[in-house]
Amino acid sequence: MLANQIGYYSLILGLLFSVYLCIVSIKDFNNADKKVSTNIITLSFLQLAFVIISFISLILSFINSDFSNETVFNNSHTTKPLFYKISGTWGNHEGSLLLWLLVLTLFIFLFLIKSREQPKKYRILTLLFQQLIIIGFFLFVLMTSNPFNYLFPIPAEGLGLNPILQDPALAIHPPILYLGYVGSSIIFSASLAAVAQNYISREWGQHIKKWVLISWIFLTIGIMLGSIWAYYELGWGGFWFWDPVENVSLMPWLTLTALLHCILVLERRGALTSWVVILSITTFTLSMCGTFLVRSGILNSVHTFANDPTRGIFILIFLFILIFLSLGIFFLFHKENNKNSDTFFWLSKESSILVNNWFMMYFLSVVLIGTVYPIFLDVISAEKISVGPPFYQKLIAPFLAPFLLFMVFGPKLKWIKSKIENKSSLIIFLIISVILMFFILKNITTDLLFYTILISAAFLLFFTTSKELFFKKFTNMSQAVAHFGFSLFILSILFNSILSSEITTNIKVGERFNYNGAEIFFKKIEQDNKSNFSSIVGYFKITNKKGKVIELKPEIRVYNQPVIITSEADIKTTLLEDKFLVMNIVKGKKYFNIRYQVKPFMLWIWISILILSFGGLMSLSKKKYEK
Amino acid sequence: MYGKKVKLRFLFLALIIFSVILSVFLILQSLKNNVVYFQSPSEIKSLIELSKKKIRVGGMVKNESISINSDEITFVITDFKNEINVTFSGAVPNLFTEGKGVVAEGFLKDRNYFLATKILAKHDENYMPPEVKEALGVK
Repeated sequence: MLANQIGYYSLILGLLFSVYLCIVSIKDFNNADKKVSTNIITLSFLQLAFVIISFISLILSFINSDFSNETVFNNSHTTKPLFYKISGTWGNHEGSLLLWLLVLTLFIFLFLIKSREQPKKYRILTLLFQQLIIIGFFLFVLMTSNPFNYLFPIPAEGLGLNPILQDPALAIHPPILYLGYVGSSIIFSASLAAVAQNYISREWGQHIKKWVLISWIFLTIGIMLGSIWAYYELGWGGFWFWDPVENVSLMPWLTLTALLHCILVLERRGALTSWVVILSITTFTLSMCGTFLVRSGILNSVHTFANDPTRGIFILIFLFILIFLSLGIFFLFHKENNKNSDTFFWLSKESSILVNNWFMMYFLSVVLIGTVYPIFLDVISAEKISVGPPFYQKLIAPFLAPFLLFMVFGPKLKWIKSKIENKSSLIIFLIISVILMFFILKNITTDLLFYTILISAAFLLFFTTSKELFFKKFTNMSQAVAHFGFSLFILSILFNSILSSEITTNIKVGERFNYNGAEIFFKKIEQDNKSNFSSIVGYFKITNKKGKVIELKPEIRVYNQPVIITSEADIKTTLLEDKFLVMNIVKGKKYFNIRYQVKPFMLWIWISILILSFGGLMSLSKKKYEK
Repeated sequence: MYGKKVKLRFLFLALIIFSVILSVFLILQSLKNNVVYFQSPSEIKSLIELSKKKIRVGGMVKNESISINSDEITFVITDFKNEINVTFSGAVPNLFTEGKGVVAEGFLKDRNYFLATKILAKHDENYMPPEVKEALGVK
């Protein structure tokens, strides 16, 4: 009860601080003093503190199961384990927006204390733009989705959290993803401020690169966590489904990756200034669009907590204001820097980064159109369509091979002007990998030509990056690690998609069936009762060709509050492959619906993404080290 | 006539325009072939021509219509005006139950018979796909 009040009023105080901060910083902007007044930093800290207090109060309400709070009532239950009571705080619309705010204020505070050597006017403008976003979100939270709504009479029991969200990976997925999503807000504000101050320069590139890297690392890991969760919890048996909600997180990732590369050009050569600004604006806009699409209920998914049209309209208006504001600032203030001409020699690192950006933009437009087109068609013609995975695969896969080849050559080139070196060794590698892949793939796939080209390109990249990584030390370790991770990722995905196999069947207890030489025996079922669910556990014995036996125990859980049935897949993970078994019940029938999958290299997909983000982390620490 | 720099820039611009046109063309072409339309049983009944393309059918699973054997599951999707028989072999989602909403993806064999390749997962008991809601006329 008390926590509720404290939370609500600290939110309002936070908003007031925002307004006050704006006034103080406008005053300070014209002040002759060289330094940003310490008042501003203190105020920004206080604002952060109030949002933290508000967030902690919400967590406390969840822990204490205070059902006088509407959000707690809607999303919690006394029988829920403590861990999920806490993670339930951001497992709903209101709480997750509070988390948005928390990250927004956290980032601007960190920005202020970490950018002391930057020009004062630039820092203040960044603060102003960021406060604009923060005010927008404060209003959004307070007006349309207040997490501290009071309920009377106080209900005795809550409605419970959607059971599929009660999962460790999903408990940390939102905060990590948000750090990436919302982290891009600081890039947005900073680039607008830099444009207004005509400060887009090599120094600025060096300074903003850190923030781009931080966002990128969190976004990468956040997407991975969501993907891992979907893999074992939704029982779809894969790691990526081109679901609109997944696409929405992939789009800012693509622009952020493009930005990450072209910041390097800005840092080294002071070129591509407009493009960097456009990418910064696009990244944050796409993050906001993602929030809009997911929150407004236009897209159907687990993320759609509540379909309240006013929320959608609010975000839409806010989004338009931000887009127009940023484009206005861009066109009014941006001056092309003619000192460093934008024409590059065709064979240089900069032009290869441009090529990378082209590919990224192409991938982005494919994903964007595939995600948005159904919505438009629905609005225009009321026709209901959906765009499935074949669309994306068809359009992205053919361009992956040239993309990978550019990734092999690009990093080897020098800045400004370069010659092709080690031509012969690269060509030999290429021939070796094509021949090797041809013979490996000959017997396992029908689409031989296509996969041979694609996989040999991936293999070539794998080969060259690992050579760089293990033999040529201290060249550019972070880049080598990240690219190595990426090549491993592509290889794992390709082999995974070629070699995966699955069977779905309906089976009764005590029956057995054969699949690919393995025998699957449905031994028994057992019932088990936990505090917030009861489960049916199936015992399956799988004997493979060589007589090796493994046991898989998939579960069907019936949660008590809300009453929802979920299937918990059981997965046996080894270095080479995952064995995945999920069981479903068809109400009132004796048959169980079983899906058994063998998925090679699943583990490597996750490992390679970790390597990829570790590369980013290395680059981040390197920058600090040099200073 | 023009300097080398201008020529180069022109070439660059032409290349960009060309690649943009190419990619838009590719995307639209692929979109045309890969979209899946959603139809209700009533809409299917009134079809003049059966398309061979993949479609989605949505509605409610008719009560006492599910029957299951070791190879396949058959059931009836109804929108309370018309209905269609569905045969499916594959994994069913948790909430696939009689009397609840369902969306099936697959191919039409004729106006009364649908061969499903996928049944789409829903996430909670009360959730109804918007398509189904609309097809059923529920507000």
